[in-house]
Amino acid sequence: MASTAETSRVMRTGANVRERIPGWGIDRDPKDRPSYPRERFDLEATGAHWNEPEHQAERQPRERSIEHAGLTPVFGTAQPLKGLSGVMRRAAYAKYSEARAAHWLMLIAADRVDAWEEHLRSMLTLRPDNPITETGVRAERRFDGPRARMGQGRTDVRHQVMDPLIVAGPWLVSGALAYLAGRSVIRSLRRSWA
Amino acid sequence: MLAMVYRGPYKLRVEEKDIPSIEHPNDAIVQVQLAAICGSDLHLYHGMMPDTRVGHTFGHEFIGKVVDVGSSVENLRAGDRVMVPFNIFCGTCYFCARGLYSNCHNVNPNATAVGGIYGYSHTCGGYDGGQAEFVRVPLADVGPTKIPDWMSDEDAVLLTDVCPTGYFGAQLGEISEGDTVIVFGAGAVGLMAAASSWLMGAGRVIVVDHLNYRLEKAQTFAHAETYNFTEYDDIVVEMKKATDYLGADVAIDAVGAEADGNLLQHVTAAKLKLQGGSPVALNWALDSVRKGGTVAVVGAYGPMFSAVKFGDAMNKGITINTNQCPVKRQWPRLFEHVRNGYLKPSEIVTHRFPLEEISDAYHVMSAKLDGVIKPLVVPSLA
Repeated sequence: MASTAETSRVMRTGANVRERIPGWGIDRDPKDRPSYPRERFDLEATGAHWNEPEHQAERQPRERSIEHAGLTPVFGTAQPLKGLSGVMRRAAYAKYSEARAAHWLMLIAADRVDAWEEHLRSMLTLRPDNPITETGVRAERRFDGPRARMGQGRTDVRHQVMDPLIVAGPWLVSGALAYLAGRSVIRSLRRSWA
Repeated sequence: MLAMVYRGPYKLRVEEKDIPSIEHPNDAIVQVQLAAICGSDLHLYHGMMPDTRVGHTFGHEFIGKVVDVGSSVENLRAGDRVMVPFNIFCGTCYFCARGLYSNCHNVNPNATAVGGIYGYSHTCGGYDGGQAEFVRVPLADVGPTKIPDWMSDEDAVLLTDVCPTGYFGAQLGEISEGDTVIVFGAGAVGLMAAASSWLMGAGRVIVVDHLNYRLEKAQTFAHAETYNFTEYDDIVVEMKKATDYLGADVAIDAVGAEADGNLLQHVTAAKLKLQGGSPVALNWALDSVRKGGTVAVVGAYGPMFSAVKFGDAMNKGITINTNQCPVKRQWPRLFEHVRNGYLKPSEIVTHRFPLEEISDAYHVMSAKLDGVIKPLVVPSLA
C-alpha cells in the first residue's frame, strides 16, 4: 500500500477527547507553554538578589572537573575524599575531562573500592554491614515477591537473578581470599614447625 | 538525625548523621516532612552513577519545614513549609539567566554536563539529599517555594520532580493538536508525560511498558492506549501498524538508563556498567516515530556513552529534544493544573514507607513488588 498525502491523519484523533479528558488542549498553543522559548532571558524570574552568588568557604581541597575554570561558588560538602578510593577519584578529576571514558571508568572503579573499604571498616565497628537488612531482601516475603514475578510476563525477571550475585559476589570472593590466605599461613607455620 | 545512607550497590541503611549546618550565607536547613523515591534513584542504588560515595544520602524529591536560614536569605524564614525543586541553581549564571535552571553552571564543581541535584552523587555536585530528617538547601532564595495552603503534601512532593518532568517531557515533544504520542515507560514520569500530552492537544496517546499493573494505571490515570512489549515479537512493528505504518508524530523516552526489552543492552549497561545507560526505550522511540517527528528524552542516563541508533535518527530527520527539567519554570502553570484537577499527581502514589524501612522500600521499587509505582518516605520526626 503506497503512502499518500492523506494517509497520515489516520491517527484516529479521538473525536471525544475534549469531553473525555479534563483540560484537554489547554496548553495546545506551543508559544504559551512554560518552557517556550527554550531560552528566555529573565533574571527577575529567579528570586536571586546577586549578580554572582557569594563564594562558599572551601574548608578542604575540593575536587572539580577540569572543564570548569575554577571551583564553583556553591558546592556540596558531603562525603569528602578519603582512602584509596579518594586517591583514585582525585586522579580521575585532576587528569581527565568529562569527555574521556577514563574519567568515568576510574570513578566507577573508585566507587567499588570505596564500598570495599567501607565494608571492611564496618567490620571493625559495632555495626558491621549486614547484607540481609541492607539489601531489603526481607521485603520479598512481606510483599510476596514470587507472586509479583510469576506469570506476569515481566522481562526484568530474566536479569534479576543476577542481582544476588552482584551483592554477594564480593563477599564470596573476599571469603574465598580470606580462606586461601589463612590456609597459606597455617601451611607455612606447619612447615616452619616441622 | 536519621538519614538513609548508601553502602554500595543494592545496599542501604539508616544511620545517625550530623544535622547539616549553614555552609553558605544563602543556605537554609529544612526538616523533611515527606520525601519520595524516584525511578532515577535506582540508578544510584544499582551503582550505575559514577562517583556515588558510600555514606551518600539520596533523595531529590522532598518537602519540609525551614528550621534555619543563612544570613543573606530574604525570601524564607524558620517555620515556612516549602517544596524544593530537585535542581539546585543559582539564578544568575549564563544558563539560569536564560531559564535553563537545570543546567546551572555555579553549583556543581564535579561536572559541567549536569547541574546540581540533591542526593544524586558527586557527579551532580555532592549534595546530600532529602531521604533524611534534615537537609541542607543551598541558594534558598532561588529554589524553594512556600507550599500553597490548598495543596496536599502528596501533590507538593510530586511537584518537585516527577510531575514537572513528565509535563516537561510532553513539552519537549513539541506536540501539535491531533498528534499521536507514544510514551515509552509507564512509571511515574511516563504516566505524567502521558497525562500531560493530552493537555498539549494530543489526539492519541499510547503507552508502552512490560508491567501490566502499570499499563492498567496508564489506562485509568492517563486515558492511554497501552501495549505490553513482551506480548509482541517486535514492538516497533506494532507501533508502525498502530500508526498506519508511518510512525507516531512524537515519542517520549520516559525510561532512561535501565530500560528492559533487550537483555544484552540491559546487562551491559545496568549490570556491567559498560554503558551510560541501556538505550532500549530510546532506540524504540527513534524507530517508532515518523520521519520528521520528534523524540523527547526525559529518562535519565549516566554520563558514559550508550549504544544509540543515531543513524536512524539522522536518516529520518528526527528532532531530539532533551534536558533535565527546570522545575521551577513549570510551577506556576502546574499549580493551576493541579488546582483545577487537570493533573492529579497524588493519584500515582502507591506506598508510604517510614524512613527506618528505606532498604525495604528500595528493594520493592527495584524489584517492582506489590504494584509499586511511586513510594513516599516519611521521616520519623515529620
